[in-house]
Amino acid sequence: MTEATPRLSTFPLARERTFDPPDELARRRAEAPLQRMTYGDGHEGWLATGYAESRAILADARFSTRPELMHSALPQRVELRRDPLPPGFFLQMDPPDHTRYRRLLTGQFTVRRMKQLEPRIHDITQSRLDAMEREGAPADLVRSFALPIPSLVICEMLGVPYEDREKFQHDSSVILDLEASTDEIRTAMYDLLAYLSELVAAKRKDPGDDMLSGLAASEELTDAEIAGMGLLLLIAGHETTANMLGLGTFALLTNPRQLAVVRDDPDAVENAVEELLRYLSILHIGPTRTALEDVEIGGTLIRAGETVTLSLGAANRDPERFEGGDTLDVTRSAQGHLSFGHGIHQCLGQQLARVEMRIAYPALLRRFPGLRLAVPPEEVPMRATSAVYGVRRLPVLW
Amino acid sequence: MKIKADTGRCVGAGMCALTLPEVFDQSEDDGTVEVLDPEPPAERAAAVRRAVQLCPSGALSLDSIEE
Repeated sequence: MTEATPRLSTFPLARERTFDPPDELARRRAEAPLQRMTYGDGHEGWLATGYAESRAILADARFSTRPELMHSALPQRVELRRDPLPPGFFLQMDPPDHTRYRRLLTGQFTVRRMKQLEPRIHDITQSRLDAMEREGAPADLVRSFALPIPSLVICEMLGVPYEDREKFQHDSSVILDLEASTDEIRTAMYDLLAYLSELVAAKRKDPGDDMLSGLAASEELTDAEIAGMGLLLLIAGHETTANMLGLGTFALLTNPRQLAVVRDDPDAVENAVEELLRYLSILHIGPTRTALEDVEIGGTLIRAGETVTLSLGAANRDPERFEGGDTLDVTRSAQGHLSFGHGIHQCLGQQLARVEMRIAYPALLRRFPGLRLAVPPEEVPMRATSAVYGVRRLPVLW
Repeated sequence: MKIKADTGRCVGAGMCALTLPEVFDQSEDDGTVEVLDPEPPAERAAAVRRAVQLCPSGALSLDSIEE
């Protein structure tokens, strides 16, 4: 790479435009899709912005996801990396530990299982739309639609009482807040783990037909491990889809021709969901990996111990892979996007997320054909400092 | 074209079953790949290649010697 542009000293998070990743990332991608970046603790690591490079790194078993090996690209997250990992939090484990936990869950998230959930997700969606209609416009689409649908679904699957949502929604938003202090994040994490541990203990005594009860019954896991797995599933299960539904609706409302396709053509919905996933790439930063040995990626040598931070948003708009990637085009083939990651950690719940989005977007747009923003687009408050990007509120009329 | 599946590598993401349910399914127990048709007809070749390419864990491969 050329050294014409000074090395980045932090991962760029500030966006110039609502739906686009920071311009700096696109500039860096054009210059060198895998380049040096200085980390929050002074580590000289890497930034990956290219599609091919990101995919290669995520697929390569010589890269680890363990937090104790990792340097943080954000100064405020440096200290957290040294905290012990909650047992069962397998997203940040390598094989064989990762394999052991994930295998206990994969049977619950298969394409077929998720298809069987369609009628229930359809009912939940319709009842949220009925409630919106009863309460009348204007409404905050996040509160009345985008957040409740995935929350209700994951609560039912896990066996977490939906009445406790304020608690877990609050804790999970703190855990994802890139500007929260180390202490705030620790408090939220342990609070949520304590809540889930109590729940698991209750399931052991009085099991239900749900995933936490099933894991407790398997007798392979401690309560703490099940709580850690539950923490991962609960956060990943509602924050991500909720933000896709909120931000995706916002994107469609500002692209009426694309919106019309999603509303009017049932055959186009499947692909439209993939394109929204690609275009919006809601993971604001990362994933992050550390090389366990020297690895060459596209002619660049990453040495053992060096950390790489990826930008899926930049990778998903790499012109080498997606032509005109900065444009939302729900008719393009978006297959192969990296929004669910790639490699052994690829999103466990992706088939659930797909089913939820394929049902929710068209149902909303058909129920309210006159759906529109209640405020100018620039006044919609964004989750600018969350690890999962999206809208804080989306005021709408119909 | 012959499909080889390594269930030891499979992480149950379901990309194959999503892309080509006529050829790939997932085990009810642990979600790992089940190949319903290990030697699919030629007209499915492009879709099979796509499914193999989309597999996140590299659990699928093709043996194309006979082509």
